[in-house]
Amino acid sequence: MIEGVAALYILMLAAFVGFEVISRVPVILHTPLMSGSNFIHGIVLVGAMIALGQAETGLEMTIGFIAVLLAAGNAVGGYVVTERMLEMFKSSDKKEQGK
Amino acid sequence: MSGIVELVYFATAVTFILGLKRMSHPTTARSGIHWAGIAMAVATVATLFHPEIQGRYILMLLAVAIGGGVAYLGARKVEMTDMPQMIAIYNGMGGGAAAAIAAVELIRVAENPMLAETHGAMALWLGVLGALIGCVAFSGSVVAWAKLDGRMQKSFNFKNQQWVNLAIIAVAVLFGIIIATTTPGPFTLIVFFVLALAFGAMMALPIGGADMPVIISLFNAFTGLAVAMEGFVLDNAAMIIAGTVVGSAGTLLTQLMAKAMNRKLSSVLFKQFGGAPSGEKTEVEGSMRPTDPSDGGIQMAYADKVIIVPGYGMAVAQAQHKIWEMVELLTERGVDVKFAIHPVAGRMPGHMNVLLAEAGVPYDMIYDLEEINNEFEMADVTLVIGANDVVNPVAKSDPDSPLYGMPILNADQSKNVLVIKRGQGSGFSGVENHLFYLDHTRMVYGDGQKVVGEMIASIKTL
Repeated sequence: MIEGVAALYILMLAAFVGFEVISRVPVILHTPLMSGSNFIHGIVLVGAMIALGQAETGLEMTIGFIAVLLAAGNAVGGYVVTERMLEMFKSSDKKEQGK
Repeated sequence: MSGIVELVYFATAVTFILGLKRMSHPTTARSGIHWAGIAMAVATVATLFHPEIQGRYILMLLAVAIGGGVAYLGARKVEMTDMPQMIAIYNGMGGGAAAAIAAVELIRVAENPMLAETHGAMALWLGVLGALIGCVAFSGSVVAWAKLDGRMQKSFNFKNQQWVNLAIIAVAVLFGIIIATTTPGPFTLIVFFVLALAFGAMMALPIGGADMPVIISLFNAFTGLAVAMEGFVLDNAAMIIAGTVVGSAGTLLTQLMAKAMNRKLSSVLFKQFGGAPSGEKTEVEGSMRPTDPSDGGIQMAYADKVIIVPGYGMAVAQAQHKIWEMVELLTERGVDVKFAIHPVAGRMPGHMNVLLAEAGVPYDMIYDLEEINNEFEMADVTLVIGANDVVNPVAKSDPDSPLYGMPILNADQSKNVLVIKRGQGSGFSGVENHLFYLDHTRMVYGDGQKVVGEMIASIKTL
């Protein structure tokens, strides 16, 4: 159980981490990074699975099912898109060949 | 078992942060997403052993298979140019999932008020807030996706729109307070969710295409926050930390983007771009002078220094591969070629970089606005392909222009300017581009890919 003030500490520290990580990013990585962070909130899948696992009535199960479906889409789609983008970032070897 | 699951969540949160850190540097970026991916997979498997899950495993796996499978196929086959809308839709799914989690928990609490005690008041409030934010991120992202994918008209405005939106969100918040403080009936819950969804859609509807990246980034941050809120409800540290990190990183990214466009976030959200100046089409002196692609190619072949400014038009024409082919030819001839990328070129910051990287352009040939802006005066030729507003000198000279104040690439200062353009229309902002009328500017009309192909042919003949 995460209690009130401890929760606030976690929230604040995590917020600082997010700021720190992004603040020194070159512009060329903005889109991949947005996509990457889009993947990371795909962790909602874990919560969706727990919600579905706790569901009792038909309505709860239906909504829980939708939650898992959407969350899996977020996680998988976010991963593949980010991976495809970053796959294309090559180092400068090629440039030296060209020169 | 519970302890192990908790430990896995802890490790997941740490790995996510390290992965994000790695993703913020070009050389380690790819390993960053791999780290995060492994962490996600481990966390998902560990969740199957979560003590609070009492079954429904088949449903769970079915949902993962369907959702994951469709998203996988979609993400695999999408063209790089369509990435922005894919990010929007996957982000919307995350927001929707967070809202759905909230819905399940709120329904459970409504059916069994005892649960509210175990959850605690704070978790209930956060759950409601997360539901609101998640719904907004969901419907807003879907609208953003539909617009970028060309399934919907560009923008949608009506009188007193902002007041209507304000009314919707106010009533939604009111219902949220009722839900958090009383034992709500189904009607209250339904109204709350419908209003929250409506507000998200209303928020995205009037946004013009140029501001789309900003709003997608904002919704991305929203989803992160919603996930963190639902993490509190479910007592899940991985969700709280990952969600909050994305929430704050996304907010900062949104601000960086808005700043790069010289737009305040508030004016992106509440005002329409160039809504007023429909009548004031400034007359431009001079005329546009067309030229042949082959002449342009030869001009570049004999230049010492060429700067290429790509824009959304390049993405539409899928010309990035041809351009790289041409650049390779030029560098073989000893021409110094650089790419200049405006922060908001394309539909997302970094959009052009991604496309150029796809074509094989090494990222150290690509320069930011600040890095390269002083080099334009030394360039013999600046090749503008499919970019418009980001090279419009009006942004520096005309205080009445809606573009005024936006930092631009100083393409007008180079000795010669070649502009590849499909037709004579104006850019996204609808502002006439004075660069096209300069004496040392030549227009090459036609499809980007075809034009560059002809340029390549002419360079090869030399």
